[in-house]
Amino acid sequence: MGRYPAGSPGWRDKVTGQANYGADFSLPGMITGRVLRSPHAHARIVSIDTTEAGKLAGVRAVVTAADFPDLPSEVVAGGESPVNYRYISCNAIARDKVLYEGHAVAAVAAISAGVAEQALKLIRVEYEVLPHVIDVRDAMRDDAPLLHDNLYTEGVDPKPTKPSNIAKRTEFLLGDPAAGFAESEIILERSYTTQPVHQGYIEPHACVASVAADGMTTVWSSSQGQFMVREFCAKLLKIADSDIRVLPAEIGGGFGGKTTVYLEPLAIALSRKSGRPVKMVMSREEVFKASGPTSGGVLQVKLGARRDGTLVAAECELAYQAGAFPGSPAIPGCMTAFACYDIPNARTVGYDVVSNRPKCAAYRAPGAPMAAFAVESALDELALELGMDPVELRLKNAAKEGTRALYGPKMPVIGFVETLEAARAHAHYNTPLKANQGRGIASGFWFNIGGQSSAAVHINEDGTAEVVTGNPDIGGSRASMAIMAAEVLGIDYAKVKPLIGDTASVGYCFLTGGSRVTFATGKAVVEAANDVVQQLRARAAKIWKCEVDEVIWKDGVAHPAQGQTDTRTQLSLAEIAASAARTGGPISGKASLNVGGAGPGFGTHLCDVEVDPETGRVTVLRYTVIQDVGRAIHPGYVEGQMQGGAAQGIGWALNEEYVYDDQGRLQNSGFLDYRMPVASDLPMIDAVLVEVPNPAHPFGVRGVGEVPIVPPLAAVANAVARASGVRVNDLPISPPRLLAALMK
Amino acid sequence: MVEVDADTCQALIERMDERFPGFADAIATGVAVAIDGQIYPDPLQQDLRPDSEVCFLPALEGG
Repeated sequence: MGRYPAGSPGWRDKVTGQANYGADFSLPGMITGRVLRSPHAHARIVSIDTTEAGKLAGVRAVVTAADFPDLPSEVVAGGESPVNYRYISCNAIARDKVLYEGHAVAAVAAISAGVAEQALKLIRVEYEVLPHVIDVRDAMRDDAPLLHDNLYTEGVDPKPTKPSNIAKRTEFLLGDPAAGFAESEIILERSYTTQPVHQGYIEPHACVASVAADGMTTVWSSSQGQFMVREFCAKLLKIADSDIRVLPAEIGGGFGGKTTVYLEPLAIALSRKSGRPVKMVMSREEVFKASGPTSGGVLQVKLGARRDGTLVAAECELAYQAGAFPGSPAIPGCMTAFACYDIPNARTVGYDVVSNRPKCAAYRAPGAPMAAFAVESALDELALELGMDPVELRLKNAAKEGTRALYGPKMPVIGFVETLEAARAHAHYNTPLKANQGRGIASGFWFNIGGQSSAAVHINEDGTAEVVTGNPDIGGSRASMAIMAAEVLGIDYAKVKPLIGDTASVGYCFLTGGSRVTFATGKAVVEAANDVVQQLRARAAKIWKCEVDEVIWKDGVAHPAQGQTDTRTQLSLAEIAASAARTGGPISGKASLNVGGAGPGFGTHLCDVEVDPETGRVTVLRYTVIQDVGRAIHPGYVEGQMQGGAAQGIGWALNEEYVYDDQGRLQNSGFLDYRMPVASDLPMIDAVLVEVPNPAHPFGVRGVGEVPIVPPLAAVANAVARASGVRVNDLPISPPRLLAALMK
Repeated sequence: MVEVDADTCQALIERMDERFPGFADAIATGVAVAIDGQIYPDPLQQDLRPDSEVCFLPALEGG
């Protein structure tokens, strides 16, 4: 790739406070929306009386579920995977029952936040409080309180006749696990638990919605996909896609948590009712209580191996908490659990389980970190029992090109072995440790995805260019788009301005997630830029009065093709752009693709910790992330993704958890009590970029954002076990929990 | 593993539906396809080689 500055387009705005996030937007006549939320973990809504709230001076609108279409419960195609819009609707505003503390019950729009909050107190809701269930194991019991009377477990035969909190059972099978275990010389079986953890984005959910008199709806919001917001709001409110325009705000973190809607449909309903633009912003408490964390899980792992370390058989059963509505990432958990390894006989079984918690949402590599925690921890114990180096054990069994994955296909070109070899050769792996210190290693996998993306490249009169795509920039993707366009056009990166279009100004793009944007949208950018290059060659041919085939494009300049003997003048992009009006008009290229061939990603992490045997406190001393990144378009941002994922995974391993009281009410809905790692908790995280190009992308790109959160849970746990001699299989490994284990 | 004569993924799905009625409906939503190890979100558009291996798997998203 060519030269480019270290920062991203827009970085100045971010560091100087000029960037416009969701809460920064204002419109004339705008009013403020607030949400009334359930104080109960589980209750039937007997009645809602909004009369007094509606009469309060300054209140412009009050809405309840009665203001939204009562959608059928059905799974339909949506985005890149199936969606049940009833679940999304009933999560945005409760219908008949509240299913968790914080569940939205009504919303008010008023001339000020104070008036809106006063109005909330005037809404009378009569509840019939029901027994609740928080823990996934309790929710799976036959006598557990049922969240949904019409939820029957899918994936079991015969079809159940009684409803259950288990929404779905899924199984993946390869070979004959029973035979594999029978021929194993060593079998290791362990149980693990992980806690639901929040994505912890700094910017709370925020939006402004304005419904015009003709019904045309405009939404400004912070999300991971303006097209997702349009699609979900259109379905929830039965509005035509063409009657909603969604403009993306700058986004202050998402990590998967902004791949759905919470406030937007409420703001639209309030605006429609009041005739005024409505702004809604969640508080941090609302973010914790009413937006989705990722699932916690209960996992059992069984590994069978020969004495030489060859894995012969493996099984994993996992139950993931979905929160109030089905949709935990149990399936990707099953698919990723053993994806790093070539195991001829394997089975995974997953359960998607509802309980009285906020509906879970995506979080980096959904489902994979929990499964990797279990499998990679068990592998570490296996290495100890076999007396093998943990890197050598992984190398002996590592998946390579052609390895059959448990979920079906053979692996394409991948770079897992290269990450293990880099780990083994890294200075970190060979540095001596002191007393109470330990080193953990763990690996991880994520599929990476492609999907639908559009891009347009416009050439300006002065030879500069705009690249327009439809993906919010949550990890530096604007820089990547500009770099790839500049590379194809052959011009300086500084001359390319990347922009994020709204839903009316660029073709459809699936949301920013799944580590897809630099790969899939980047491929659309490359095609759009190639389209421009073809047009530039045609313009040069027109000027030179020759055939297009006689013009080649190199380094931003049209040249006569090799073999031509005349001495025609070269034409730069700027020169061709300046004469565009006389050679056919504006020069613009575009591409809309449904991109396949995302190259799977693998990473291996090294973690050194020190354990204080008197307090149980764990200090992370050194951390190295090694990852196959395909080809790094902007290495700085790739390193940032790797460091960020590791930091979040370390928090997941050591401190983060939701604490509920016996009434199912969340006790730690703020950053003071929900302990995410901050800069002073962590060492500088080293990032080692292994580049095994993905042959399905013109520049070899693989997604990089998901993989780095997969290994840290086990890397930290393995380090703690080796430092302390005590293995904690229940996350988080917080000081009280580790101290209790040390004192046993 | 099932062997089917087809030169496109769409033809393969039609052949599979003839042999296993309901197959096409079952994969109409929420399914991705891997052809020779590469996962594609739009199976109908993909051509197949004579020895191609096709796997159907749950559609994937991410965070």
